[in-house]
Amino acid sequence: MKKRILSIVLIVALVATLTIGLAIGLTACNPTEEEYVNPDYSNIKVGFIMLHDPANSTYDKNFYNAMEEVRRGLGLSESQVLYRHTIPEGPECTQAADDLVEEGCNIIFADSFGHETYLLESAKKHPNVQFLHATGTQAHTANQKNFHNAFASIYEGRYLAGVAAGLKLKEMGYGEGKDLGDAPLVGYVGAFPYAEVKSGYTSWFLGVRSIFPKATMKVTFTNSWFDIDLEKGAAEKLIAEKCVLISQHADSLGAPQACEAAGVPNVSYNGSTEATGPNTFIISSRIDWAPYLKYAINCVHTGSQIATDWTGTIATGSVQLTAIGDKVFKDKAAVQKQLDEVRDQFVAGTLHVFDTSKFQAYKKDDKGVIIPDQYYDFTKADHDGYKADVDTDAAFTPDTDVISDGYFHESEYRSAPYFDLDIVGITDLGNYSK
Amino acid sequence: MRSVTGKESKFDAFVDKLKKESPIHIAKRMDAPKWLPIVIRIAAVIVAFLVCAIVTVFFEPTAFGTFFTEMFRGTFGTERRVINLFWEAAILLLIALAVTPAFKMKFWNIGAEGQVLMGALMSATCIFYLGGKVSEGGLIVLCLLASVVGSAGWTLIPALFKAKWNTNETLFTLMLNYIATALISLVITVWVKSGSGVVGIMPYGHLPKLGGQDYVLNILIVAFVTVLVWVYLKFSKHGYELSVVGESINTAKYIGISVPKVIIRTMIFSGALCGVAGWLLVNGASYTISTTIAGGRGFTAILISWLAHFDPIIMAITSFLVAFMGRGAAQVSTIANIGGSFEDIATSIFFFIIIASEFFVNYKVKFSFSHSKKKVEGETTENTSEDDSSDAEMMSDTSQTTDSEAQTNEIFDESVPELQTCQSSEDRTCDVSTQNKEVTE
Repeated sequence: MKKRILSIVLIVALVATLTIGLAIGLTACNPTEEEYVNPDYSNIKVGFIMLHDPANSTYDKNFYNAMEEVRRGLGLSESQVLYRHTIPEGPECTQAADDLVEEGCNIIFADSFGHETYLLESAKKHPNVQFLHATGTQAHTANQKNFHNAFASIYEGRYLAGVAAGLKLKEMGYGEGKDLGDAPLVGYVGAFPYAEVKSGYTSWFLGVRSIFPKATMKVTFTNSWFDIDLEKGAAEKLIAEKCVLISQHADSLGAPQACEAAGVPNVSYNGSTEATGPNTFIISSRIDWAPYLKYAINCVHTGSQIATDWTGTIATGSVQLTAIGDKVFKDKAAVQKQLDEVRDQFVAGTLHVFDTSKFQAYKKDDKGVIIPDQYYDFTKADHDGYKADVDTDAAFTPDTDVISDGYFHESEYRSAPYFDLDIVGITDLGNYSK
Repeated sequence: MRSVTGKESKFDAFVDKLKKESPIHIAKRMDAPKWLPIVIRIAAVIVAFLVCAIVTVFFEPTAFGTFFTEMFRGTFGTERRVINLFWEAAILLLIALAVTPAFKMKFWNIGAEGQVLMGALMSATCIFYLGGKVSEGGLIVLCLLASVVGSAGWTLIPALFKAKWNTNETLFTLMLNYIATALISLVITVWVKSGSGVVGIMPYGHLPKLGGQDYVLNILIVAFVTVLVWVYLKFSKHGYELSVVGESINTAKYIGISVPKVIIRTMIFSGALCGVAGWLLVNGASYTISTTIAGGRGFTAILISWLAHFDPIIMAITSFLVAFMGRGAAQVSTIANIGGSFEDIATSIFFFIIIASEFFVNYKVKFSFSHSKKKVEGETTENTSEDDSSDAEMMSDTSQTTDSEAQTNEIFDESVPELQTCQSSEDRTCDVSTQNKEVTE
């Protein structure tokens, strides 16, 4: 009986807690309004498919914020944008897309790489609805007029963040003739050993190398896009391997937490993590999806064709850097000035991240294993036979020569990254596991 | 501990007083009419819907009406949505059916998730290596065979360990879930050379679409399997044997049933059904392999099986309600824009209230403000067996017992009223009491 009374009390307490929790949930954020010019967009209804809930995923939140910004900016009502959260990368995505079309949506957007083939299924069923897929690779070969891919030249943003990291290393005392030497070792926590991640860490590393040409880097992978414990552990491992500055391409706050605890400077991704690492946060790059969403909605609004592959750039406002961390530099303004100069070079087209004269890349055998001491000679007319896997097929065959004018043309043959070279100076530690 | 300080005995006295004076009296239902549990459960479903609607209003003040209209639009709004609803219910039902024979045998298999994943992995392996090289029909049959063998084989591991060395199957099957997930991750890493970790839709081995609609064939297959399992459990000798093993291993031994044989045979049957589920998920729905392909259904199915007291027909109804709740809630959260967790919240509220309603099925609650203790006590002794009569004694005795004794008493206290149902039906309340019996032996 005692137990039963106790359980009744517990249930009452539980219900009370729930009610209070809900009440707190009600007082949610109220984002700022932005002014756009407002023509009549009443013919637009967007369906947005997200892998997680933006409430606890920085990746999806980045999309959500962009969509909400555009929605308010174009004067769309709340009922003109429908969200489906926590949609797995499976047939649930096709079902969600079909559901949204039945709700009257004429633009469907899905935000995760694995959604692609399932979104394509729905696109085949609904030729009059436009399907937009972020980070996908198949639009240019799928031959489906209403299916589109989009990405951004985020490698330029990462390069800039790498420059900021290099400047921090300088401040930490690295440099020619100094005690610490001029060959700092940095670390990188990657998600999967996939082109998008490889493109990301290589561009970041090349940014660091623009300040310290002798810098080296260690990379480890978590084999997950979001795992706070693994990312934290991986960062700790890199710190134990004597990496003096860490960056990451994974969506949780694991690495920034580990860096803050160890006092190791950190370059973030997807948005500022200064709240987590007030003493160690340097800078973060992120993709702003608002320009693309605005472009696509305007296309549907005016009845024009959306680009099969759309790559946002610094110039379109798609590649963004956050503000520099408050405590990490003595002279923040000087660093900002230097970053702005590099940024202007990108916009002018005078600087290319993957300039083949700036790095050496290993040759690989049929299984994709690096052959030591054998490097591509990109100065040859056929670029030493190197080809990138641009057109997705089951065997992942390299198919396109993407090097010309002395640099690797990332995100030009399709929007999603395809940089898969292993460059000298980066050591792959393989997968990190607990 | 309770008897050590005077403070705690004061507390005991207080509780005792509270018990005597409490206006709420809880008593075991003895002579409930047959329709009562059904009415209570229907009421619970209605309450669950109302609570979900009220929760919706917390997020979106105008959404009370929206909740009900969208709930039905999301599930019955179009032909496609109806089929999707039935498919979700069907796959939940199939996995619930798969775990049921083992549960009836009191083999606590909580590894259905991993068993489905292994079936799915085997099927995907066939498609990956043989797709395009053999005929589509042949490939589908091969996938089914591989899936059933893979899943049954995976289930056989804990069954053998249980039969031979009496290992703890709960921990064993739970751990095997993680191994199955990790195996799939490993295979994906090998298959997908780009490193993205995504297999995507494979173009081979798709089950035919009846009437041009997805999932129709899948639903028919599950309906057929449901009848099969119902007949197996209810009318076959095997079905009888496994319930005897579940009731009492000693009885089973006494009447000449080979317990290890029944355990292994039943687990292979369970595994084979999980294999069919894995096959349907790969060849009939997702055409891919991923660690999330089972989507936690292996665990939800356990709840469904228990809630239905292992009755396939009630399982079908429960699966349908769970699927209805999930899909309806997804639509509500889309229209009212209240976030991705709402689907989970709604399903949890549903389970919470349905499980809570079991209390009212088994007990009656009386409200009175007069001292009716005598009356209640009289009622209990009147109807109880010898075990039961100790209830009141033990309750008053606890202040003198040692800690461990008090614990045993507490176990008894819980099991005692439930002994009643044991004699008449074979529902889960019965299991607890027989288990305790074994413990006390």
